[in-house]
Amino acid sequence: MNGSAHVYARAHINTDEIIPARYLNMDQEKDLACHAMEDIDTDFIKKVQKGDVIVAGEDFGCGSSREHAVWALRGSGIQAIIAESFARIFYRNCINNGFPAIECPGIGKKINTGDRLTVDLSKGKIYNETQNTEYNFLPIPDFAREIIDAGGLLKAIAKKGKL
Amino acid sequence: MGSTITEKILALHAGRDTVKPGELINAGIDVIMCHDVTTTPAIDMMKANGDLHVAYPERVVIMPDHFVPNKDIKSAEMVAKIRRWAKEEKIDKFYDIGRHGVCHALLPEQGHVRPGTTIVCGDSHTCTHGALGAFATGIGSTDLAAALATGELWFKVPESILFRINGALPKGVYAKDVILYIISQIGVDGALYKAMEFTGDVIDFLSVESRMTLCNMAIEAGAKTGIINPDETTLEYVRAHSNEHFDVFHSDPDAEYSQIIDIDVTNLEPMVALPHLPSNGKPVSQAGNIPIDQAWLGSCTNGRIEDLRKAAAVMRGNKVAKGVRMIVVPATTQIWKQASREGLLDIFMEAGATVSAPTCGACLGGHMGILAAGERCISSTNRNFIGRMGSPESEVYLASPATVAASALEGKIANPTTYKQD
Ligand code: SF4
Repeated sequence: MNGSAHVYARAHINTDEIIPARYLNMDQEKDLACHAMEDIDTDFIKKVQKGDVIVAGEDFGCGSSREHAVWALRGSGIQAIIAESFARIFYRNCINNGFPAIECPGIGKKINTGDRLTVDLSKGKIYNETQNTEYNFLPIPDFAREIIDAGGLLKAIAKKGKL
Repeated sequence: MGSTITEKILALHAGRDTVKPGELINAGIDVIMCHDVTTTPAIDMMKANGDLHVAYPERVVIMPDHFVPNKDIKSAEMVAKIRRWAKEEKIDKFYDIGRHGVCHALLPEQGHVRPGTTIVCGDSHTCTHGALGAFATGIGSTDLAAALATGELWFKVPESILFRINGALPKGVYAKDVILYIISQIGVDGALYKAMEFTGDVIDFLSVESRMTLCNMAIEAGAKTGIINPDETTLEYVRAHSNEHFDVFHSDPDAEYSQIIDIDVTNLEPMVALPHLPSNGKPVSQAGNIPIDQAWLGSCTNGRIEDLRKAAAVMRGNKVAKGVRMIVVPATTQIWKQASREGLLDIFMEAGATVSAPTCGACLGGHMGILAAGERCISSTNRNFIGRMGSPESEVYLASPATVAASALEGKIANPTTYKQD
C-alpha cells in the first residue's frame, strides 16, 4: 500500500466528524464519501487521492457506532488508517470490513501531511519515503488478520456458513 | 478468583464455565435490536454475501427511531426497505409509528431487556441495558448482519472497572450529574474497551430509569458496556414488563477489576458538559454566564417519564425565557401518553415549550430542532460533539432534565437547585 498521508493529530476525532449524522439518510459508500471529514476539514474530499492514508491521534472514531464512517473514508479513496489508538466500535467496524486499522503509538507527531507512506501489513512496518524513516506498528491480531484476509466478516461467514 | 457479572454472562453465552478478560469468544445473542439508520446496510450485506437469512427471527426487535416520523424521502425509503425485509424474514416485533419510540427507551419498556441476557444493536448507546444486569453493547452494521445471520458474535472479554458510588445525592442532583462527573474525571477514553460496573449506596437507591441514564453514557467514556448487578428494584421492574424467563447473575466478592474508583456524591453539584466533549463537565455554578438559544429535553439518556417529571416540577407555573426555544420530546409513545395523563405536557406548553412526537430527532442533528451557526443549546442528551445537533458552528451543553428546565426559564445555563424538585 502506498499513498500520501493526511494527518489529523488531535485526539478523539469522532464518527460525527468523520460523517455527520445529517447524511445518515444515505447508506451507499459513494454518496457518503462526498461528505467524509466535512465538519473538520471541508477540503479533505478535494485533496484525497485513491490509496491515501489517514494518520490520527488517540481514540480515533469514538462516539456513534455508525459503520458509515468507515465506508465514507474507504469510499473517498483512503486505504488504511494509522492512529495512536482507536475507539472500540470503530476498530471493530474496520476489521469487519477488511479495512486496515493500524495502531501506532506516537505516530501523530512523526508524520506530516503530504508525506508519502508505504504500509507493509505483514511486516508491521510503515516506510516514510518523504522523511526517509520507518516506524513499527503493533501487529494486527491474528483473528483480525483472518477477517481482513477473507475480505471482511460477512465474507468469512458466507464461506464457513457460521461465525 | 471469582468472576464479574460481565464475565459470567459472557461465559454462559459462550458455553463455557468461566472466561477471562482478553479472551476472544463467540457468544450467543439473545436480543438483536435494529433501528432505521444502521439496519439497511446490514440487509444489503446479508443479501450480497450468499443471500444470508435471519437465523432466529424471534430474537429480533425492530424499532425505527432516528428519523421518524420519516423526515424526508431518503429516510422514508430506508424504513420502507426494513418493513419489507422484516416481512420476508418473518420478524414480527416491529414498533412502527403509534407504538414507536427511541430504541433504548422502548426496548426495556416493552419487556425485551432481561437480566443475564446478551443484547446488541447497531447503536453505540446499547450499553443502556446493562442497567438491568444484561450484557449489552453497540455494534456496527457488519456485526449486526453477522448476529442476524448466525445468532452469535465475536467478543473480546473486557476488563471491568468498578465504580463504588456512595454518599447521598443532594437535592437537584441526579444520575446525569453523576455520570457527567465521572466522565469529567476519567475522560472520553477513560474506560476504553472496558465494562463500567456501578455499585454502592447511591445505585441501590436509584430507580431503574436513573440507572439507565448512568449506563447509557458508559460509551462516552469509551466503554464496551455499563452494568449494574440486579437487585429487588431491577426484578420488580423486569417482572412488571416481561413474563419471560431470565437468569440473574452477580459479581463475586472476589472478582477481579482492572481498577476500583470510589466516588462520594455528597457534595456533588449539578453538572454541565461544555462543548465539544462529554468529558468537559463542570459544576453549573462554575460555568459562568452562558446565554442559550434552545433547550432540548429528550433522548435515550433523559427522555423517560421520570425525566419529564423532574423538568415539569421545575417549570410548573413558570415561563420559558423570551428568545429561548424549548423542545420536549418524550422518548416513547407510552411515555408521551403517561406525561399527557399526568398533565406534564400541559405544564410544558403553558410555560411556552413545544412537545414533539417521540424521535431521536435533533439529538443527532436529524430533525425537530436543528441548530443554526452560532446557536447554543442546553440538552439532556449524551453527546456535544462538533455539529452534533446541527451546524458545525453551533454549541451543545449537556445537563440533567432539571438543569435543562431551569436554563430554559432563565435563558442561560442555570442551577436547578433553587427551584422546586419532583
Ligand atoms: S436518542 Fe440520541 S443518542 Fe439515543 S439512540 Fe437516538 S440519536 Fe442515539
